[in-house]
Amino acid sequence: MSAQEAGQSGVHADPSHQAWAAADPLLRVSGVSKSYGGRIGCADVTFDLYPGEVMGIVGESGSGKSTLLSCLAGHLVPDRGEVLFDTRAGGLRDTMTMSEPERRMLSRTDWAFVHQNPRDGLRMGVSAGGNVGERLMAVGARHYGQIRDQALDWLDRVEIAADRVDDRPGAFSGGMQQRLQIARNLVTGPRLVFMDEPTGGLDVSVQARLLDLLRGLVREMGLSAIIVTHDLAVVRLLADRLMVMKSGRVVEAGLTDQVLDDPQHGYTQLLVSSVLQV
Amino acid sequence: MGMFAKQKGKGMIEIENAGKQFTLHNQGGAVIAVMQGAHLRVAPGECVALTGASGAGKSTLMRMIYGNYLAQSGRIVVGGVDVARAAPREIIALRRHTLGYVSQFLRVVPRVATVDVVAEPLLALGCPAGPARARAEALLAALNIPPTLWALSPTTFSGGEQQRVNIARGFAHDYPALLLDEPTASLDATNREVVLGLIEAAKARGAAIVGIFHDEAARARVCDREVDVSAFTPRAA
Repeated sequence: MSAQEAGQSGVHADPSHQAWAAADPLLRVSGVSKSYGGRIGCADVTFDLYPGEVMGIVGESGSGKSTLLSCLAGHLVPDRGEVLFDTRAGGLRDTMTMSEPERRMLSRTDWAFVHQNPRDGLRMGVSAGGNVGERLMAVGARHYGQIRDQALDWLDRVEIAADRVDDRPGAFSGGMQQRLQIARNLVTGPRLVFMDEPTGGLDVSVQARLLDLLRGLVREMGLSAIIVTHDLAVVRLLADRLMVMKSGRVVEAGLTDQVLDDPQHGYTQLLVSSVLQV
Repeated sequence: MGMFAKQKGKGMIEIENAGKQFTLHNQGGAVIAVMQGAHLRVAPGECVALTGASGAGKSTLMRMIYGNYLAQSGRIVVGGVDVARAAPREIIALRRHTLGYVSQFLRVVPRVATVDVVAEPLLALGCPAGPARARAEALLAALNIPPTLWALSPTTFSGGEQQRVNIARGFAHDYPALLLDEPTASLDATNREVVLGLIEAAKARGAAIVGIFHDEAARARVCDREVDVSAFTPRAA
């Protein structure tokens, strides 16, 4: 029997493979394109993302990776293509044709978006505890004690001391603000997290701590994540799979370490060989 | 062993006519053929040594088996999955459950404690934190990493210590298939003995192992066969 036949019948030496093979994708993206006037933002992007998978999207500035992320997260309406999400109630649904309230509910419950600049994802006039608790109230939590307890639990998980709960984010360092943004986004137990350069603009020492935190959360919560970054070291440590974009198109996609160590496309080879070694 | 029952008579690792070339698109499209017609079959409980001069392609073949390098031709089947053709998520699952790899280099998130680095493969499989850490600590103790270092990041450790952390991580889960790249290099006699013991125990429980050993005595002790990869080196046309 060939391996392909084995794949189709779902028979593998290890029974746990069968569960993997049988799983449905959490996100199914097909032919997503977006132009700004005559200029291509992203063109004909197609992929499936499965539960528990972390996918990195890399490419230089202007390659279309942030445009693509915005289209996937519903912040931009693509010109063409479909973004199907495996909703808890109705299975795979096209997020483009959902009603506005449905999509807004999705982005408050099953989806989360971590911005590069924490100021874009936090409410700067509200306390740290309020930033986290507010998200719980948005999905119906009303018991003040429980909201506060849950907020404190999450601040602890992202290593923000309990005595800072009443401080506003403006009093926090950049790294703390980013961790607070992550707590605010993950407190509702989303299944899919979009991240736009989550470690950009942070000191390298803070980046490492944030990477470790994100890895732990992905593993413990079974999260799927799509991470846009220009930092190849970040995707090597965080992403299972990688998509390389150039001029709005995906030029190469695959297993992260395979794409980085044995790049097949000329642009990826250039990108990988351009990294400065320390 | 039960889960290999239906694989009886077949190799855990089966390589048929595998070939590999690098195309350097930014250097005039130069094509460098590095492997051709590779054959290898490793049964459960067997350890096969890859031999050949430096540059013959031992590490390349090992990386092809792990799916780190993409084979251009042939089949590389591990536990029923052809890594030359499988989708990324199939290879991710294969690496998580079935195929372990001890490389020569430790690559970890900086600032993560050594004990957590070693426990990670178990946590990724859904093992509870307590037992995963206990297993990690037992391996670190066996490999003579002092407990005072367990809470520190291994990025600051010496070469030999990093090597042992890498080995502990590679043996944390009982992988049915294991790739070992120079596992006894840069180890003292005591730790070399511990590592050879781990390899023998893995064979005894039925792991299929492919190894690169420059340490000839170690190779003679744990390997059942040798395969000279020079036979797979493409001849200049």
